[in-house]
Amino acid sequence: MTDDPRGTGNRDEPPDDEAALSARLQRLGKRLAQANRPSENGSGPRQIANLSGFARGFRLSTELVAGVIVGAMIGWFLDRWLRISPWGLIVFLLLGFAAGVLNVMRAAGVVRDRRLND
Amino acid sequence: MAVDPIHQFRIIDLFPITKIGNTEIFFTNSAAFMMIAVAGITAFLVGATAKRSLVPSRLQSAAELSYEFVASTVRSTAGSEGMKFFPFVFTLFMFILTVNMIGLIPFSFTVTSQIIITAALALTVFLIVVIYGLVRNGLRFFNLFVPKGVPIYILPLIVFIEILSFLSRPISHSVRLFANMLAGHITLQVFASFIILLGTGLGVIGWIGGSLPFLIVVMLFALETLVAFLQAYVFAILTCIYLNDAIHPGH
Repeated sequence: MTDDPRGTGNRDEPPDDEAALSARLQRLGKRLAQANRPSENGSGPRQIANLSGFARGFRLSTELVAGVIVGAMIGWFLDRWLRISPWGLIVFLLLGFAAGVLNVMRAAGVVRDRRLND
Repeated sequence: MAVDPIHQFRIIDLFPITKIGNTEIFFTNSAAFMMIAVAGITAFLVGATAKRSLVPSRLQSAAELSYEFVASTVRSTAGSEGMKFFPFVFTLFMFILTVNMIGLIPFSFTVTSQIIITAALALTVFLIVVIYGLVRNGLRFFNLFVPKGVPIYILPLIVFIEILSFLSRPISHSVRLFANMLAGHITLQVFASFIILLGTGLGVIGWIGGSLPFLIVVMLFALETLVAFLQAYVFAILTCIYLNDAIHPGH
């Protein structure tokens, strides 16, 4: 197990970011597409591409929604606890939205992955 | 004839186990399928490693393949220090993979299509990350929320956003697995019900027309098999990424 059968490379410096996942998923998708190419079914590779697009879209949307939900929940509980309605919900919904966008950008590999995207 | 696509996700109480307060605790079909999965994994791994021959048998090389697959994932994502979490990640991966695959067998129950299961798994990962990170790094763990090179006047805002982003992890982690399995199984059921609706509604023409949704069901099934594997992989690798944050926070 000293060699890396899948050629993911660079294991001594662990990527510190979720951006690594999208890169890995892309590599997995490529490998799957390569593995499927010899099949006689002509629509094989296209379907794999569709799937990885579907999986990617699913991942990005859950990231965004999760951020908004967490913000809304914290805001709502702060409102009930401190009786400052509606300010907690307003502020934390916006912060949650920002966090969701940050999640999406990380998952899509837009931020903090100059090292990994090559 | 109406086919209810949600019916397959119903929890059935098989027999009562114990009573806590006024709530009876039942052994459900979900618990039964989880036990089947655990028994299956145990039988597979124990059986595969019983002989430990130098030239591996088919079963043994399957077990070695799954070990090396997870081990290389852990090592490349969380570093060699992350290997102390290998048993945890391997358990998660094998459990989710087996449960997803069992769920693909017709008339079986998909454990991961219940959000309480995936949420419990994701919260376990989350708590391990937080507790291990605090124990290992002390207060330096909170460096995770303070990115470097941010001007001081927007730092409070960024820290808030980073904390919310961190808290949203268990949600996206659990919802992704749950929603993928739920959506896939509902789609399969809906397209399969088209075959029956066409066949019983229109007679011979219906059976001929029903071959179209049948073709789609076959293709969807292949897709679902891939999704079942991919989601187990995604769950495992996200676990590694989160564990990496606990091991090396200041990055």
